[in-house]
Amino acid sequence: MPTYFAIIPGFPLLSFLLLALFGNKMPKNLAIAIGTGLTAVSLLITFVIGIEFISSGLPEGGAWNVTLWHWINTGGFAADISFRLDALSLIFCFVITFVGFLILVYSVEFMGNDEGFTRFFAYMNLFIGSMLILVLADNLLLLYLGWEGVGLCSYLLIGFWYKEPANDAAARKAFVITRIGDTAMIIGLFLLFLSFGTLNINDLMQQASVKWVAGSPLAVISALLLLGGAIGKSAQFPLQTWLPDAMAGPSPVSALIHAATMVTAGVYLIARTHVLFALAPVVHTLVAVIGAITLLMAGFSALTQHDLKRILAYSTISQIGYMFVALGVGAWQAGIFHFMIHAFFKALLFLSGGAVILLLQEEHDIFKMGGLRKLMPAVFITFLAGSASLSALPLITAGFYSKDQILWYSFSADNGNLWLWIASIVGAFITSLYTFRMVFLVFYGEAKTLPSRLPGRLMTVPLTILAVLSLIGGFVEFAQPFGHVHLFSRLLSKALPAVVLIRSENWEPLFEVISAIISLSGIYFAYLLFLKKVPLAEKLYNVRIAEFFFKGWQSDWLYEVLFVKPYKWVAEINKNDFMDYFNRLLAWITLFFNRSLSPTQNGKLRLYIMALTIGIVLILTYMMRQ
Amino acid sequence: MILVYLIIILLTGGVLAWITSRWNRMLPRIISFLAVLIDLLITINLIGKERIDAHKQWIIDYSQAWIPHFGINLHLALDGLSLLLLLLTFFLGLLSVLISWKEINERVGFFHFNLLWTLSGIVGVFLSLDLFLFYFFWELMLVPMYLLIAIWGHENRTYASYKFFLYTQASGLIMFISILVLYFIHGANGGTYTFDYLQLLGTPMAISTSMILMLGFLAAFLVKLPVVPLHNWLPDAHSEAPTAGSLILAGLLLKTGAYGLIRFAVPLFPEASAIFAPVGMTLGVLGILYGAKLAFAQTDLKRLIAYTSVSHMGFVILGVYAFNQIAYQGVMMQILAHGISTGALFIIAGQLIERLHHRDIDQMGGLWSKMPVMGGVALVFSMASLGLPGLGNFIAEFLVLSGTFNSNVLMACLASLGLILATVYSLRIMQKIFYCQPKGNLELADLNLREKIVAGSIIIVIVFLGLFPQPVFNIAEPALDKTIKIKSEQNYVPLTNSDNNRNLNPLILKDFEIKSDPIKVLFKYSGK
Repeated sequence: MPTYFAIIPGFPLLSFLLLALFGNKMPKNLAIAIGTGLTAVSLLITFVIGIEFISSGLPEGGAWNVTLWHWINTGGFAADISFRLDALSLIFCFVITFVGFLILVYSVEFMGNDEGFTRFFAYMNLFIGSMLILVLADNLLLLYLGWEGVGLCSYLLIGFWYKEPANDAAARKAFVITRIGDTAMIIGLFLLFLSFGTLNINDLMQQASVKWVAGSPLAVISALLLLGGAIGKSAQFPLQTWLPDAMAGPSPVSALIHAATMVTAGVYLIARTHVLFALAPVVHTLVAVIGAITLLMAGFSALTQHDLKRILAYSTISQIGYMFVALGVGAWQAGIFHFMIHAFFKALLFLSGGAVILLLQEEHDIFKMGGLRKLMPAVFITFLAGSASLSALPLITAGFYSKDQILWYSFSADNGNLWLWIASIVGAFITSLYTFRMVFLVFYGEAKTLPSRLPGRLMTVPLTILAVLSLIGGFVEFAQPFGHVHLFSRLLSKALPAVVLIRSENWEPLFEVISAIISLSGIYFAYLLFLKKVPLAEKLYNVRIAEFFFKGWQSDWLYEVLFVKPYKWVAEINKNDFMDYFNRLLAWITLFFNRSLSPTQNGKLRLYIMALTIGIVLILTYMMRQ
Repeated sequence: MILVYLIIILLTGGVLAWITSRWNRMLPRIISFLAVLIDLLITINLIGKERIDAHKQWIIDYSQAWIPHFGINLHLALDGLSLLLLLLTFFLGLLSVLISWKEINERVGFFHFNLLWTLSGIVGVFLSLDLFLFYFFWELMLVPMYLLIAIWGHENRTYASYKFFLYTQASGLIMFISILVLYFIHGANGGTYTFDYLQLLGTPMAISTSMILMLGFLAAFLVKLPVVPLHNWLPDAHSEAPTAGSLILAGLLLKTGAYGLIRFAVPLFPEASAIFAPVGMTLGVLGILYGAKLAFAQTDLKRLIAYTSVSHMGFVILGVYAFNQIAYQGVMMQILAHGISTGALFIIAGQLIERLHHRDIDQMGGLWSKMPVMGGVALVFSMASLGLPGLGNFIAEFLVLSGTFNSNVLMACLASLGLILATVYSLRIMQKIFYCQPKGNLELADLNLREKIVAGSIIIVIVFLGLFPQPVFNIAEPALDKTIKIKSEQNYVPLTNSDNNRNLNPLILKDFEIKSDPIKVLFKYSGK
């Protein structure tokens, strides 16, 4: 058993340390080498380990373990710094290091002239390192360490351009909202530890399936608490509001957050603790329902946005919604497959979208772009590839293979039903509609803003690689009607259970055809509305509800009114701590008696004698009364 | 004897610093630095001894008659608990000498005299096993601290120092009455009149008496800790004290309250503590949430940090009344991590005041571009304050909450909300000071070498505590076990994982035979 996989997170972390400590004195080329090179080493190791892992023929549930040191061991509580590699972790490691590395390379050019160049690379590497710890951790406490590290990095990177107060507000929003989910999660950790006396994921899952029966209250509560953490990080309803604002960071950051790290952490957590969710059918169904609600909400919001990155942000929320649907209906492998493909095309879309924005001098509004098809053909082609994959264009894109699996399972898996399918298919239509709205508005029509220059090779090469993967990445896993290639699910079957179907497989081709038609009709509609400019478009976008969608279903406003304002109000009115008035009162009383009695000590002898006499008289009267 | 030396070195160092300041202003600084350094080295040298003598209760136990007529001994003893606290004391002591190097320029000798005498009082508190001696040191640390605030403090220092003195003095007196009553009850029942802690342990008395006496002890400890609603001295004292004063207040003085709870309040009065536990936990939760809320509202940087202390010390009392090893280790870790990380925040505040000459965070902003190193350091400690995993504070809060969850689910869940509120106020520190557009066009110097050394050493310690906390657990475990054992022998509730046992009522109280009425005994004796 090779144990050196434990150093995979080490290299990005080392890179972070070097850049954070010596970054400001380092020549730029060295900073680039450290900033990108060390993650490349991790990527290489992941490749080698992956090949070794697949060829080692591990049995089902097989994994490699390595313990670095004992972290905490006291009073019956033990947690180690130890890693566990199984198929699920391997896939995540691969996506994180691979996509992360491409993003880093791209950033070398993208951030080239920024004054915070080394700071940027330090944070990015910390981000990648934390995410790797998260997916490799063998116990929930170490996973939580990575989990919070990811949260911290998102905060640092979203607010990277710190001089703009809005960026900082977005960063804090991301941190606080995800922290709300995290707090639910850590209470879940307490509960799991109390129930089983360990936080080791593997032991927990084994003991849970032995000790808890399906639907037992403790199982439901702990699954619910973990789900709380997952929806916070994965920006699902009702904690989705931080992600659209998170595009305040530089575009490579968005690519990293949306594709390789952060938002997929929730998907990973649910997949990792799938036994627990299987023991809590109510919560398991809830996962799918939340996914369906989110994918529709975010889809509608994406339709109405003007800001290129905001459209992509809503589209991420929506696509993660699809993953949640897959996890919720028990199609674990389909969910993870969509995660991988999504990572490719979403990173691609953010990077090529970022290139557009950068070269148009920070122009975000898609209505002020146009005609870029001819002005920057390379970016156009890659963006088109990503868009096609996002819209699940039949047969030729990877997105088709991953998403159509989910659509089919949302109906046919044992937890699926017609409603989930309808929500997903409506979502699919919306997805291709808003995607090609973007494509047509940005790249077709007449040019409104001219690019300052063309992207260099450091940007186009990563884009090309991701574009190719967005198209052919799906060939590792074919849907049933198209052939019998199941490389991906065969690998993953060692870690996650296979989906259980309750409908006949014969229906599947029909469903494939329906979703293909839906996807194409979405594109056609986009063509009619935004390229042909049929009059309907104007009317559709002027309805009042469009404004409601545009504002993200007013959830920001709702939270502002429900939580932010009351808290600020309470803080403001009691800024000086009303409890302190008790002390002031004491001081005041003392002072009052001091002021009122001290005039009696005035040196006037007759007053003293008078007081003395009155006193004696009073005392005598009192005594004689008895 | 080595324990006495620890105190004597500090006391004589203080006197020397005062005397030598006539000739040279550098000498007091160097002398103080050396005195604390020697103590630190001696203490470091004691690490590891506890493992060799695992069968012994105390690593070092020194006892010498002081006033034998009244049963007062010079009884000092060291176990894992006090060892860790001594390490913290000398580490922060060293830092407080270093950070005053440039800040204090008036009456340098007297300043260092007070600094070292406060430290020696604190060391005495952590070592005394004689209640009279304990009270002696408890007062000893108070007076020089009062002078530190009153002489070298900021604008509103007189008010703050009075408030600090009155609060702690009054509450200390209440404790002293309790000590005396305990002394007489023990003497009347068993015949030996002694202040010795080990003999006073397990003194039989009526539950109501023990409750009253415990409340007397709690008065002192809860004011020091502090617990809402007894916390009002703290924001004033912390914000008006000079940087070294704030550091010692937050890092050490508050910890004497925590130490008192673990060493005295719970072991001396186990049954009463069990009854008090729900109240104690409620106070803890209240402190966590209320302190966080107040911290969020402040615009005075030092006041803000002071309120975060109120919030963080809520975890201490919460854990103390959870009565299990996990929570106690969490409390121990919180004592160390909070002392270091909050001290660090006060140091940063001090450095900002030195450069900007004000403490109003509304007038700061955008300082990252001018002082990136300080910004990075502040970032680490804001993260420590919100409990980021990988730093010591996370270990502490996680263990406290986890231990509390074992004994009281509701309190643990409510306290967890503090994690969210901590995020809100910690990020506000970064936002207001280091982010956004710079205000004004000040030329500010980033950290110099001395400041970098201070900051670097604190960061190393806090990260070490976060990633390698096991040595701390090992040192503290036998000592904490003592307290928990005393508590659990009275009403044994096994900590198990099964769900049924959790609903057992932990308060199975024994009725103790009332051998004598304490108040009568008190009068009888004082009548002689």
